[in-house]
Amino acid sequence: MTPDLACVDLVKRFDETTAVDNVSFSVPPGSFFSILGPSGCGKTTIMRMIAGFLDPTSGDIRIKGRSVLDTPPNKRPVNMVFQHLALFPMMTIAENIGYGLRRQKMPKDQIARKVDAALERIGLPGIGARKVDELSGGQKQRVAIARCMVLEPDVLLLDEPLGALDLKLREHMKVELKALQAAFDTTFVYITHDQSEALVMSDQIAVMNAGRFEQVGTGQDLYYRPETPFVAGFIGEANRWKGRIERAEGDVLQLRAETGLAIRATTAGGLAAGDRAEIFVRPESIRLAGSAGALSDVDNHLQGRVTSILFNGAASRVLVEDEAGETLEVTLPQSGEFASLQRGDTVHIGWGAAQASCFGGQG
Amino acid sequence: MIPTIPRSRAFRLIYGSYVLAFFLYLALPLTVVAVFAFNDSQFPSLPWEGFTWNWFFGEDRPQIGVFHERGILRAVGTSAFVALCVAVLSVSVGTTNAFLFNRYDFRGKGLLYVLMLLPLVIPGIVLGISILVFSSTLANGIWDLAQMDIQALRPGLLLVILGQFSFITTIATLVITARLQKFDRTLEEAALNLGATRLVAVRTITLPFLMPAMIGAVVVAFLMSFENFNTTLMLVGSDAPLTIAMFDRLKEGSTPLLNAVSLLLMLGSSLLALLVILFQRR
Amino acid sequence: MRAQSRIAFILLLTPLLLWLGLLILIPHIDMALISLRERISFGVYETSLLQYQKALTEPLYLRTFWRTAVMSVLATAITLLIAFPVAYYIAKMARGRLQQVLFMLCLIPFYVSELVRTFGWMILLRETGLISNLLQWAGLADQPVEMLYNDAAMMVGLVYTSMLFMVVPLVTTLESLDDSVVEAGYDLGGNGLSVLREIIIPHAMPGIVSGCIVVFMLSLGNYLTPTMLGGKDSLWFTEMIYNQFIVRSNWELGAAFGFMLLVLSSVIVWGMLRLTGRTLQETMG
Repeated sequence: MTPDLACVDLVKRFDETTAVDNVSFSVPPGSFFSILGPSGCGKTTIMRMIAGFLDPTSGDIRIKGRSVLDTPPNKRPVNMVFQHLALFPMMTIAENIGYGLRRQKMPKDQIARKVDAALERIGLPGIGARKVDELSGGQKQRVAIARCMVLEPDVLLLDEPLGALDLKLREHMKVELKALQAAFDTTFVYITHDQSEALVMSDQIAVMNAGRFEQVGTGQDLYYRPETPFVAGFIGEANRWKGRIERAEGDVLQLRAETGLAIRATTAGGLAAGDRAEIFVRPESIRLAGSAGALSDVDNHLQGRVTSILFNGAASRVLVEDEAGETLEVTLPQSGEFASLQRGDTVHIGWGAAQASCFGGQG
Repeated sequence: MIPTIPRSRAFRLIYGSYVLAFFLYLALPLTVVAVFAFNDSQFPSLPWEGFTWNWFFGEDRPQIGVFHERGILRAVGTSAFVALCVAVLSVSVGTTNAFLFNRYDFRGKGLLYVLMLLPLVIPGIVLGISILVFSSTLANGIWDLAQMDIQALRPGLLLVILGQFSFITTIATLVITARLQKFDRTLEEAALNLGATRLVAVRTITLPFLMPAMIGAVVVAFLMSFENFNTTLMLVGSDAPLTIAMFDRLKEGSTPLLNAVSLLLMLGSSLLALLVILFQRR
Repeated sequence: MRAQSRIAFILLLTPLLLWLGLLILIPHIDMALISLRERISFGVYETSLLQYQKALTEPLYLRTFWRTAVMSVLATAITLLIAFPVAYYIAKMARGRLQQVLFMLCLIPFYVSELVRTFGWMILLRETGLISNLLQWAGLADQPVEMLYNDAAMMVGLVYTSMLFMVVPLVTTLESLDDSVVEAGYDLGGNGLSVLREIIIPHAMPGIVSGCIVVFMLSLGNYLTPTMLGGKDSLWFTEMIYNQFIVRSNWELGAAFGFMLLVLSSVIVWGMLRLTGRTLQETMG
């Protein structure tokens, strides 16, 4: 099947800096594809090149197999939901949604019907006559999507559209966007710096850093099987150690951290004894126990003192200082077992080698 | 039609040259005036008779320079005096207006605000004649009542000052109100909290904040007064400000002397404008 | 505190009332009253509409009145047409330093007296002027060409004089137009023309209205440009006011003319505000 969108060896240079450095990817029809990266990583540049507001320095952009490099933005079969939505303040909601249809010279009554259908679809029937500034943030969001979707684009681009919303609404809109995507059955390309938005909504996520794609995969891939230290550090949170590898037996190896701690970890390969490496362990992969015995079956085992309890409901953490004086973040299980944990308590913590990802070359 | 929308080369070229042509159009008359101030001829026109400084410094007929031409120098003095009075008066009233509109809510505020804007949409010449008519009504009334002839109410500098003041105050009010609106009232409250009286708080906190706008308004008022023609024309007496004096000479036929005066005016007002920009950037 | 605040209020209100009352309201009422009287003999007056009757029946007066109105509207329209692309260029195409410099360049000519600007056009356009000489030198004319003292010359002067007051409000409103709104217009299939019509112009409307009002007022009330650049047979209404007041000393008729000019300008300004559904405060303040 031809992908809806394919970028081939895309490069964009501004004077001295390379904003997008040889990026290739393809998005299968009907999927939700996210580009996730910190601000300034080049994700907006990619999106603006796809929309046609920037010319790539080299490489190709294909939509449904056809190169669109010579197509001006107003003729491309992609539409974009802008970061601040860019709804036209001088028009009503209906005029906003009908704008693209009017450009296609569609008869008036047909436009009116399509606009009504679109409003119905986004769950806001009957608001067509209102002004843009009379809507709430979430409603504007849906109108901005409807404005694009009435044109039935091959690909819908979304440029951090949830950034301006408050937290509660953002959580809600994540679910709703996913539902809208399923309802319209259109390919969505979504860019964001918020990993939770990407993880919740996407079929495929590309993690981008400094102009390059670090890893492309499903949310689970990125979370459980990061391929680069950047991905390991960027997706979710992690305790990190730097050090030198002491022993390597296939995938499993042992690292001596700079603090003197020995840690057993797994790697995707290519590391040998003596290499410098970095280890990532997620707070939620670390088990907490009152006694050493409960952790006898895990590969890594430490004893420490609780220095602080960061209560945050389901996301509560404990800061544990180990014997080497290093502080680890450990997720506090909500099973009630540790409800009475207090500062200064001695605890045992441990994690399996499979939960510790090791990457070479760092430090 | 913003840089991110691809446009054909031809389009960009045509657009660019249009803008260039526009700026040439803007510059052309002023350049011509400036250049002919140095023409060694009795007329500010071609042919070019050679370069001379005489229209600035010449002492003998027929080429008496600006700096030795009494009539022009006196007119400059008159204009400067009028402009100074107008600037001080209009900025003072503009400041009190700004405080009134910004700090108080009272009945009829909206109406007064519209009235305050009105001088902007009254033609200057109408402003001039209405003040002329009213002042002579007043003068005649006083004569009838007390047999006193109040010269100040006859066309002359006082009326010129009042006439210019009547619309320049609106501009001063707008400039100062705009700045006052940006003022954070909590700063004043902090001053009160630290023991200042209301008046002291305004003097030590609010007025320094307003100072850039007030100085800007003084300069704008000064320039507008200096250049004013329409209102002044109707109210002028025997002491003609510079624009009127130049107009009278221009009607009789021009010599490069007028170019020289104009060039000095351009330099003077550009310098003032530049000072304001530098001051406000600080 | 209350009493103190009341005193402050009165102190602030007084200059405003004095200014508006003594220099704006009462003078205009007085002017209206004078325009409504007829001189019977020395020092004896009667209330009548004679002045307005004269003004509305004498063909020269009436023609000048309409001519001034129509030419002012025309000057406003031409100024808008010339200024809009330039303002757009400054606001949306130019970036950074260039933008600032271009904007400053627009302002500079207007720090100079209108008299100087008009004088410049006289030097350029008159028979012995620069353009006439240029045409002869280029072989396009075989004798001096007089380009001064006609409607075209006057229009050039009027447009030039008012340009700033159109460019500045236009640049200000256009600058507030978010680039992404224009991009969205293109992204949804619009082309240059439709984006201009449906997005840019509606957005710039406040600037267009306030620019047009100011330019119209300035053209209508202009005295210098029509006098110096216009033809001898093409009077401007302000010249007639001047003539009645200063040359003929017929204040009653002059006041009537003044009032007519005031009404004309008010009607057009009101009409423009009405048409676009804006208020004077929004547009001017």
